[in-house]
Amino acid sequence: MLKTKVFFKKTKRGSVLKVVREHYLRNDIYCGSSGCRHCQENENFKPVLMPDSISKSDLVPLPHYIIPDTNVVLHQISILESPVIHNVIILSTVLQEVRNKSPPAYKRLRDLLANENKRFYIFVNEHHFETYVEQEPGEEDNDRNDRAIRRACFWYQEHLTSVPGKRKRDPNITIVLLTDDRDNREAAIRDGIKAYSTSEYVESLKGHPELQDLVAKIGTCIFIDNKKSVFPDHLPASVVHDGIKQKKYLQGAFQASRENYLEGFVNIEGMEKPVLIQGLSHLNRAVHDDIVAVELLPQNQWSAPSGIVLEEKVDDQGDAVEENEVGEPKDHLSEAQPTGKVVGIIKRKWRHYCGILQPSIIKDRNMHLFIPAERRIPKIRIETRQAETLSKQRIVVAIDSWPRNSRYPLGHFVRALGEVGDKATENEVLLLEHDIPHSHFSEAVLACLPKLPWAIREEDIEKREDLRHLVICSVDPPGCTDIDDALHCRELTNGNLEVGVHIADVTHFIRPGTAIDQEAAARGTTVYLVDNRIDMVPELLSSNLCSLRGNEERFAFSVIWEVNKKAEILSTHFCKSIICSKAALTYEHAQLKIDDSRLNDEVTCSLRRLNSLAKILKKQRMDKGALILASPEIRFEVDSETHDPIDVEVKQLRETNSMVEEFMLLANISVAKKILEDFPECAVLRRHPPPPNANFDPLIKAAKSRGFTIRIDSGKGLADSLDAAVVPDNPYFNTMLRIVATRCMMQAVYFSTGTVQEEDFYHYGLAAPIYTHFTSPIRRYADILVHRLLAASIGSDSTYSHLLDKHTVQHLCNNLNYRHRMALYAGRASAQLHTRLFFKDRIEQQEGYVLFVRKNALVILIPKYGLEGNLFLNRDCEGGTSVQFQFNEEEPSQTCGKVTFRLFDKVIVQISINASNVQHQKMVLKLVHPTVPGFSVPSQDLSKGDVSVSSSEEMAKKRKKKS
Amino acid sequence: MARTEAFFDTGLRADGRDPSQLRKISCKVGAFKQADGSAYIEQGKTKILATVYGPQEIRGGKSKVLHDRALINCQFSMAVFCTSERRNRPRGDRKTMELNSMLQQTYEAAIRVELFPRSQIDIFVEVLQADGGVASAAINAATLALIDAGVPMKDYVCACSAAMVDDFPFLDLSHLEEIVVGSMVTFACLPRSKQIVLSEMSGRLHLDYLDKVMDAALKGCEDVFHIMDSIVRSQVAHMAAAMG
Ligand SMILES: [Zn+2]
Repeated sequence: MLKTKVFFKKTKRGSVLKVVREHYLRNDIYCGSSGCRHCQENENFKPVLMPDSISKSDLVPLPHYIIPDTNVVLHQISILESPVIHNVIILSTVLQEVRNKSPPAYKRLRDLLANENKRFYIFVNEHHFETYVEQEPGEEDNDRNDRAIRRACFWYQEHLTSVPGKRKRDPNITIVLLTDDRDNREAAIRDGIKAYSTSEYVESLKGHPELQDLVAKIGTCIFIDNKKSVFPDHLPASVVHDGIKQKKYLQGAFQASRENYLEGFVNIEGMEKPVLIQGLSHLNRAVHDDIVAVELLPQNQWSAPSGIVLEEKVDDQGDAVEENEVGEPKDHLSEAQPTGKVVGIIKRKWRHYCGILQPSIIKDRNMHLFIPAERRIPKIRIETRQAETLSKQRIVVAIDSWPRNSRYPLGHFVRALGEVGDKATENEVLLLEHDIPHSHFSEAVLACLPKLPWAIREEDIEKREDLRHLVICSVDPPGCTDIDDALHCRELTNGNLEVGVHIADVTHFIRPGTAIDQEAAARGTTVYLVDNRIDMVPELLSSNLCSLRGNEERFAFSVIWEVNKKAEILSTHFCKSIICSKAALTYEHAQLKIDDSRLNDEVTCSLRRLNSLAKILKKQRMDKGALILASPEIRFEVDSETHDPIDVEVKQLRETNSMVEEFMLLANISVAKKILEDFPECAVLRRHPPPPNANFDPLIKAAKSRGFTIRIDSGKGLADSLDAAVVPDNPYFNTMLRIVATRCMMQAVYFSTGTVQEEDFYHYGLAAPIYTHFTSPIRRYADILVHRLLAASIGSDSTYSHLLDKHTVQHLCNNLNYRHRMALYAGRASAQLHTRLFFKDRIEQQEGYVLFVRKNALVILIPKYGLEGNLFLNRDCEGGTSVQFQFNEEEPSQTCGKVTFRLFDKVIVQISINASNVQHQKMVLKLVHPTVPGFSVPSQDLSKGDVSVSSSEEMAKKRKKKS
Repeated sequence: MARTEAFFDTGLRADGRDPSQLRKISCKVGAFKQADGSAYIEQGKTKILATVYGPQEIRGGKSKVLHDRALINCQFSMAVFCTSERRNRPRGDRKTMELNSMLQQTYEAAIRVELFPRSQIDIFVEVLQADGGVASAAINAATLALIDAGVPMKDYVCACSAAMVDDFPFLDLSHLEEIVVGSMVTFACLPRSKQIVLSEMSGRLHLDYLDKVMDAALKGCEDVFHIMDSIVRSQVAHMAAAMG
């Protein structure tokens, strides 16, 4: 049967189109209920729904199937996910709306549908000849969809109770419509359908009171008697839409300030500076990451970020807005930037948040305030009956709504993670907050793994080049089990050198489109935390079959060059191979071999050749203007039993690190050229855009403070001027300058070549016209894509449609970029967590440098630990000091009496942990030297046990003793 | 790929069809009486009128005369109102030129041109509404018009479009689907002898999928053939009955 759907659509150019689409109706769509008297005869009928013999609900005495409406799926998905709920019919109307409205909810729904135990069934009511409903003239989409849902419920009811060929009814199964829309519920009940709100139904479930906490509170703000509205209204979507078109409003992602809860920014495309939003009512319920519409204030009301740290008070229980909660307008307007107010929310980006319950002042109340771990998220009001047990736990909460008469958004409890301060719990929080998929690999994924014992077969050898005779070795950090690269270098008879980079052949095991491939693509990268690694692919592959371990035969994807002694490439060859690494070395071990002149074995000679070539390669790169950037990377020595950090040290860089890096860069560039040549439209490359000039301001200022000029006209200019900025009395100055430079940089990103202009392919940091990632397929999905492209390009593997579609590839790249960013943040957060654990019971005195000067704080870098921390000035210390620092923004400097702090000044600070805030235990820095009367603390008595001294000589002594 | 997601959830395409299901085809042979032969076809919402004149004497310059066979002259045009946004002109843009030459090639291969030396056969195809599969519908319409005109052909020429969506070949794509898929093929064949007279591809398709998508398209051509054949037969029977 054929229907046509007619609707009108506005094009981008503003003309109105009439769109007519065909809509086919079918009679071969089945109900999915096992033992159905109508459908089970058909060969394509697959029973999914299986009625429970006894009803669990007090409201519905019969066994039943649940049909949720769209809003229930969108907002109450945690209820649907609860193990108590199964036998759910998802109508295609609902599925389609969920897909369009919320990708995260859609993904969770897909997971539910894939889980056989949940017995979720898709009924394509939109194409069923008896359940399709046509939109009536003037009917809103929502109303039509509600009607379609009711029609489907009604059809099911009839279908399940009627007996073919008989008039009598057999009501042994019934249908329950879950909807939180009262009108819809009433209409359904009029049609004879059982309809309940989510909370009604959940309350009726026997023996599951805990489920009630999970019910999202939509539009229920009964507990706020306060008639006074806290916030202005949001404009309706249509007004916002027109306003944006007429340039009256601006659209962008809202970024709440981490430091000041009354401030935020909206990044607007095409505007150099973000729009500043200050004060509760201007923020108008925007939550971090939401897409909002802002209206600019008249220019005379523009302001500048206050530059101060402002945290919400803990004791605030009411909804009253306090006088001081309007933000602090800055007195001088020299740096005023566009300032605006939020007039509407275009898209909420709410997710689940980790945090803790705020201790209640009033006992026996079910309403509580939840404090998210992410500072940029406001407190959330939730209802829970388990406050007592949850008070010491980390919990997860979702926001449901934010009515304008509520000071805080309303949400509901999702689940508890465990005791606060417990390392496992804190790690879990860290992973959740960075949206890192870290659940165990599913059965479907594990089923894709090769069966053990795994051995290389004859046919594998035929298809690959046998390089087992080559003296190949790998060089990695200590303790590395996922070895994805190995190297060799040998002399050829013609006097040239043959250099090989051999990369684990992960794509041999991970075939496109399989469950393991999809999982790896979703994870995007392996995440390294201080004491934990969250693998992108299961351990069998990452640490065994793909890992190029010493003296084991492994599949590899090899890049082999012939180079002359000047490191000029004469030819490049790519092949799938079999290798047998002769040694898996650490950087340190490899370095010792190179340096030990007594050694002359093949591995050592190979390393020496590689090392000397690498030096030439590096010089060439530097001459072209590649940047050496610095970021303090720290390494923890972790107790093997308790996994508590014992010692922290800055990662050491050896010559061998740089040697491996050079060849990886070379391989990546060679591969990038090859795949771009063969797949100009869909190659996966990595680009690093040059930063806008404004980004360099802090760097220029910082260098100027010591009389250096930084050139930012080109990468080469920057590299040279960074090299020149050396102060003899402060050897650390150059490194710090590079740290500042790193902060000015843009993020490097993966992209599909068909979606970006060719002149934007450039990799600024490496000064390479094109670049990609090929060398770490075990831990980066981008490399897997690149491997597949390269394999197709040399004819050793086939392509598949998604690999060649630039949009699909770009879509994948977007996810990879997001995952990489999150993995980076998670790694940093993990280091911070361990720093806090390390300093928990100790106080240390260390030498540090002023990295930035802020209005009310100095940012101090402590080189020994690679740590960075705030030394707050002018604040009410415990002693209640009245010391006032003068802030000079131009220089920049902070002065108090005779002491002035400028950038890169050396200081001595005392490090300790402030545990007064359970959720945000903070590292606290106190000034020891130079002495500022009334502000600095006295130097520690060095004779005491666990206090260590900070002079670098002492440290060196200590290190020697240990080794 | 949002539009194809629906398929992975429900196993049905956005408009409710199976992957291998054609859109509804309806046609009227002899719809335009002034021509020697004509046919009007609707494939889904794609609507096409084809008219045929000839075989007749060569018009215009004698230089075009072919001494061993007939000259096939195709003119393909798309009405300015045939797409949802008005087109600038009916002919002469890249797309119509391309389709024109496709038609030309197809019928030079399928019509028994050797029977009519020094003459000309004109095929006019006008797209009244375009909603995907324009090339295949145009070929199907022209075939019916040629049959109506009594021009001898080796066989019916039946055409069908197809594309790979992941591992599934989709047949007879609507405009909406054409936008979404990366590459699409159109095949025209002589169903009884299984000869391919036209194959056309847009976008890039990996060789691995060619067999699969070609098999599907040929299967689609066969389905089109059965539909067209039954229509022609019923119309002939109807005419015969009318003539008594
Ligand atoms: Zn049934």
